[in-house]
Amino acid sequence: MKRIDHAEASSKFIRAKDHIEFHDKRLWDLRQKRDRESAHLAEWEQLRSLASAIKEHTLTNLADYLEEFERNATRNGAQVHWARDAAEHNQIVFDIMSSHHAHTLVKAKSMLTDECDMRPYLENRGIEIMETDLGERIQQLDDEPPSHIVVPAVHKLKADVARVFSETIGTDPKNSDVHYLAESQRQHTRPYFLRAGAGMTGANFAVAETGTIVVCTNEGNADLSVNLPNLYIASIGIEKIIPRIEHLGVFIRMLSRSALGSPITQLTSHFRVPRAGTEMHIVLVDNGRSERLGMADFWYSLKCIRCGACMNTCPVYRRSGGLSYGATYSGPIGVIIDPTFNLRKYSSLPFASTLNGSCTSVCPVRINIHEQIYKWRQIISERNQLPMVKKETMQIMGKVFSKPKLYRAAVQAAGASVEHLPRSMMYSRLNAWGRQREVPQAPPLTFRQWYLSRVNKGGER
Amino acid sequence: MKVALFIPCYVDAFFPEVGIATLELLERLDIEVAYPLDQTCCGQPMANSGCHDEAAATEKLFVKNFAGFDYVVGPSGSCVHHIRENLTAIPQTAQVAKVRASTFELVEFLHDVVKVQAFPWAEFRHKVGLHNGCTTLRALREAKMSEIDEPFFSKPIDLLSKVEGIQFVKPDRPDECCGFGGTFSVFEEPVSARMGYDKVNDHHRAGAEYIVSADTSCMMHQKGCAERLGLPIKFIHVAQVLNGARA
Repeated sequence: MKRIDHAEASSKFIRAKDHIEFHDKRLWDLRQKRDRESAHLAEWEQLRSLASAIKEHTLTNLADYLEEFERNATRNGAQVHWARDAAEHNQIVFDIMSSHHAHTLVKAKSMLTDECDMRPYLENRGIEIMETDLGERIQQLDDEPPSHIVVPAVHKLKADVARVFSETIGTDPKNSDVHYLAESQRQHTRPYFLRAGAGMTGANFAVAETGTIVVCTNEGNADLSVNLPNLYIASIGIEKIIPRIEHLGVFIRMLSRSALGSPITQLTSHFRVPRAGTEMHIVLVDNGRSERLGMADFWYSLKCIRCGACMNTCPVYRRSGGLSYGATYSGPIGVIIDPTFNLRKYSSLPFASTLNGSCTSVCPVRINIHEQIYKWRQIISERNQLPMVKKETMQIMGKVFSKPKLYRAAVQAAGASVEHLPRSMMYSRLNAWGRQREVPQAPPLTFRQWYLSRVNKGGER
Repeated sequence: MKVALFIPCYVDAFFPEVGIATLELLERLDIEVAYPLDQTCCGQPMANSGCHDEAAATEKLFVKNFAGFDYVVGPSGSCVHHIRENLTAIPQTAQVAKVRASTFELVEFLHDVVKVQAFPWAEFRHKVGLHNGCTTLRALREAKMSEIDEPFFSKPIDLLSKVEGIQFVKPDRPDECCGFGGTFSVFEEPVSARMGYDKVNDHHRAGAEYIVSADTSCMMHQKGCAERLGLPIKFIHVAQVLNGARA
């Protein structure tokens, strides 16, 4: 499988001047709103610790809480399915729909179904899928994956949306008024809710104690997806479990504040019992999570509540766009999750970071994201997945820096080359430093030379 | 107090004036400073690239050079951070642990250990934008970070405020990473340069004549960006300002 080239993809993103400016500004705006909202809660840092502790406890006892959830959900009248991987998940969803002769699925946002590549699987089997979240729908119509886990089309300008909608749902291509576009999508989607054979959501939280699925949304589309069709399917990653309903308050207070800088989502819906005469199915999906849970350095990543705060604050993400990561999960959290799916394919992603640590500081469940990025780099190097040029450079540097004489000769040579190379060579395409930056000028004396000359002169003091 | 001066490789090769200012400043404060002549690098470039094996010999040399001092002081936040937090490619003997725990970035050394109260020789009559490198800010915790709602504190501003005539400007995003990131600056060149451009433009818009920082590597990158953009912004290390540089 081909390696993702994040640097190359980012360069394309940066060339679209209006887009990168908007993207950076919009996400930075979310980060600032997050700062303001979190500052309103004097206990914010305590909440982070509490949320982290609840998640760590749950993950440490995950099997027990999953079984408790299954027992309670079953008692509520839901049917619980277990999926080992993406293939099993997709098969289960298809089988449930087939047994109900359901051919249309109205669907709320779910990163898990993207992770499982569910849409193409079902579409190839004759099922029509309507993404009902506005951002997800834009991305579906444009045949692109979401670029952000909370705001899926944040890399698009409204003119882009006007183009996509005009080509697909027949809006006026010249009208990029946001309300017009949103209303057009709404009108287009409504009939699907009425005739869909099945509705689907993901879950923000699944409460073991009560068997409840909790979905946090701003558009109301999840509630329509659940409550209009006679069949409801919820796809849930097994790490979404929390033990008790009282724990929900901790996470609900943090989720939207971290994600969008709003105190709470418009809707926090609890789905527990199927409506009379309808069925409710819950698919609990592993797809690599158990394996990750066994990784000493990386299991903390399972604490993630998918708020996207790390993406909003990440200066690299804001300037390269989610699609440049070539994976379901992008940004800092993606960088530490994606390699668990395919180390080789995603081996460049842990290097798409300056290790600045802002992600770790905003994470509401205190995932040590930048430290995990650092650790992934070691694993990628140990498993020989570094690009040859980088590995060789590091081997040479390691030799030079470990031998003082070699080092001093290299410093002389570097100084001389900076001084004597013609500009055209200095700034060739081969010198990545010099493409958009000036190279530092070599001084007449290195520090060491200056120091020795001072000593020889008898010193200053 | 036996203090060893740690001058990172790129400061030695490209920015000797930062090393000179650091040494002179410590001597002005009556601190006896030794400069181990066989020093090279701390191992960070290799370790940050995941190459622990390749970093080991350099880290070993570092410890050999700097063993036996009460303090190791260097004018570079990210190198000091590597030594304190990540110098782990070699066996962690008592000697290694001692060197790691004794290593300080210049600003925190002056602020926390020497507790300098005045720099009567220093005067810098310019508008400056302060740049805290990310590890200096978020790992060495030299200043309040914008991600955390905590009372304001800033060790570099505490020190720089004692300099006659200095004026601070406020960029929009003071804590945003400038995009250097070590080898990131080369292997992720498009994003790195873009971040650098945004950073120097932010300081320029805020009216900074100088960007002042305890992190020479960030400034090397930012300087390259500012020069390419043709911005009239200059760069100076905290050590130079505290040592009395006038411009």
